[in-house]
Amino acid sequence: MARWLFREEHEMLRRSVRSWVEKEVRPHVEEWEEKGEFPRELFARAGELGFLGLTYPEEYGGSGEDYLAGAVFMEEMARCGSAGVAAGIGASIGIAGPQIYKFGSEELKRRFLPPTISGEKIGALGITEPNAGSDVASIQTTARDGGDHYLVNGSKIFITNGVRADYVVTAVKTDPAAGRKGISLLVIEKGTPGFSAAKKLDKLGWNASDTGELVFEDCRVPKANLVGQENAGFYYIMQNFAWERLVMALAGVVGAQVAMEEAIRYAQQRVQFGKPLAKFQVIRHKIADMAAMVETARCLTYHALSLFAAGEDAVEAVAMAKIYACETASKVADEALQIHGGYGYMMEYPVQRFWRDARIGTIGGGTTEIMKEIIAERLIR
Amino acid sequence: MNIVVCMKQTFDTEAKIALDANGKINKQGVSLIMNPYCEFAVEEALRIKEKHGGEVTVVSVGGPEAQDALRQALAMGADKAVLVDPGMEEVDEFTTATILAKAISGLQYDIVLGGFRAIDDGSAQVAGRVAEILGLPVVNVVTKLEIADGKATATKEIEGGSQVLEVALPAVFTAQKGLNEPRYPSMKGIMQAKKKPMEKKTLADLGLDAGQVAPKVKALSYFLPSARAAGKIIPGEPADAARDLVKALREEAKVI
Repeated sequence: MARWLFREEHEMLRRSVRSWVEKEVRPHVEEWEEKGEFPRELFARAGELGFLGLTYPEEYGGSGEDYLAGAVFMEEMARCGSAGVAAGIGASIGIAGPQIYKFGSEELKRRFLPPTISGEKIGALGITEPNAGSDVASIQTTARDGGDHYLVNGSKIFITNGVRADYVVTAVKTDPAAGRKGISLLVIEKGTPGFSAAKKLDKLGWNASDTGELVFEDCRVPKANLVGQENAGFYYIMQNFAWERLVMALAGVVGAQVAMEEAIRYAQQRVQFGKPLAKFQVIRHKIADMAAMVETARCLTYHALSLFAAGEDAVEAVAMAKIYACETASKVADEALQIHGGYGYMMEYPVQRFWRDARIGTIGGGTTEIMKEIIAERLIR
Repeated sequence: MNIVVCMKQTFDTEAKIALDANGKINKQGVSLIMNPYCEFAVEEALRIKEKHGGEVTVVSVGGPEAQDALRQALAMGADKAVLVDPGMEEVDEFTTATILAKAISGLQYDIVLGGFRAIDDGSAQVAGRVAEILGLPVVNVVTKLEIADGKATATKEIEGGSQVLEVALPAVFTAQKGLNEPRYPSMKGIMQAKKKPMEKKTLADLGLDAGQVAPKVKALSYFLPSARAAGKIIPGEPADAARDLVKALREEAKVI
C-alpha cells in the first residue's frame, strides 16, 4: 500500500526487496533459525543488489543517503519472518557502519565502509557489558594510552553479529574517572591479538542472528582506529540511537503485521463448533483490535521517520514510536498465538517465533523505561 | 543488437480475483506486476545487450497504470519504454498484437522478445500474432537462447523434451520459465529509470483508428471456479472402511 511518506522510487525498491526476500530469504528461515545463524553470503548477496548502501553516499559504494529507502529495506527484511536475520543485517549497516560514516576519519571510512556496503565485511557495535546496560556511562572496558596505540581490557555482552563480525565498533573508557565524558569508540578488527569472541549466546528469540560475548585482554588497537575525537564516544552513540530505534520500531510494526496475517490465515482454516474461527465475532473483533494497533504503531513510526529523514529533531517521536511499536509487536504476537490455541504453543507453527522474536523490542536498543525517561526529560523541565 | 521486448502488466500472482456487480473482473485495489514470463524476456534482452551491445526498448499496451511495469523494466536496465494507451475498455489478442506490431515497426530491431504467455488470460497468442504481422519467424517457449553471426540458436520446449532450432534474425522469441533468473532492480537502477525516456502514445500517434483494432472476440461472461467441497472421512474398522471407500470411489466418484 502506498503511503504518504514514500515516493515512487521507494515503492519500486519495496517491490524489488520484497521479491528478493520471498525468493531467497524466506524459504530458508526455518533452517537458519534451527542452525542459530544465517549464511554469511546473505550479506554479500544483499550488498551485490545494492541493498546495504541505501543510507550511504556513492563515494563509499552506496546509492545516496536516503533514510526512507533504508527504512523500506529494513521493513521488507523484517517480512522474512525471522527477526534475527533482519537484526544481523541491520546491525552491520544500521548500527556499526553509521558510527564510522558519521564520525570516523576519512581513512576509517575508506577502510571499513565499502566492504560493509558490499557485504564483504560484517560490522558490530559493542557497547553493552555484563554490568552496564541502560547505564551506558558505567562501562568498565578501558583503553589505556600506549603512545601509538590503545591497550584495551574488558568485556562486552549481547553483541549482535559479535561472533563473526570482522570489526566491532567498541565503546571504551579512555578516561575512566570522567563518566560519560570519558568514553571513546574504537574500531577493533577480528584477529587483533587479545580480542576474542568468547561464546555465542543462547537466546529466547532472534535465533538466526549471532549474539556474542566479547573479551579484550591487553588488546593493542592502533590509534588510527579511534572514531572521531577521544572522549566524545557517548555523544556519538546517542546520536545514532535515533536510527537504531527507528529501525527497531519499523521491525516491530512489521513483526506485528506478519503475526496478524498469520493469525488471520489460521482463523480462516481452523474449524471449531462447525465453522472457521474467522466467523466467530470474538475472533473477528480481536483481529480488528490487532489491526488498529498495528496501524497506530505504523502511523506513529512513520511520523518519527519523516522527522528523522527531514533532518529534524526526532528524539521524542522516535522514543514514542519505539515504545508503542515494540509493545504492539509483543501484544499482537501474543493475541495471534492465542488465536492459534494449542497449535500456537507448538514449535512447528511460526507464530511462536513471532512471539519470541517480538520480546526483545522493548529491551534492545534502549529499554521502554529508558525511552520514557527520554520523553519525560523533554516534557518536564 | 537492438532488442524490443513486448510486455504486459498483470494481476499479482497472490491477488484474489473477484467479480464486480456487472460480472466483470474487479480491478479495484489489486496490486499489479510485470507478467512473470515478460520478466524472463526482459532479463534475456538485457543479457543479450550486455554481451553484444545495443539497446533494449520495452513496449506495452495498456492504461497509465502500465507505466509501473515499464518502469520496472527500465530499472532492471532497459533503455527506453513505449506505452500505447488504446483508450478502450476491452481489447483482445488481435487488438494488442496489431498495436504492438505497429509500434514495433517504427523501431529498429534485430530481436523481438516476449513472455510466452501472460498469467492472467493465458492465451499465449500475442507474440505469435506480432510475428505474423511483421512477417518474422517466431520460436515459442524458449528455455535457452544464443545469438551469433546474425543468427539465433534457440532451445524450445516440446512435449517430453526439447528442440534446438536455428533461425535467422530478425525474429521473435517467447520466453518460458527456466530461460534465466530475472535480476532485481537495484536502487541505482530505480533512480536511473526515472530519467529514461517513456514515450506515451495513442492509437492516432501510431496512425491507427479504433475501427482497425476493434476486438474480434467478445467476453460474454466471467465466473469463478466453484468452491472446493469438503473432503469425506470414512469411519470404521480398516477392513470395513476400505470396502466403503472402494464402493464410494466406484459408485459416487465413479473413478474406478
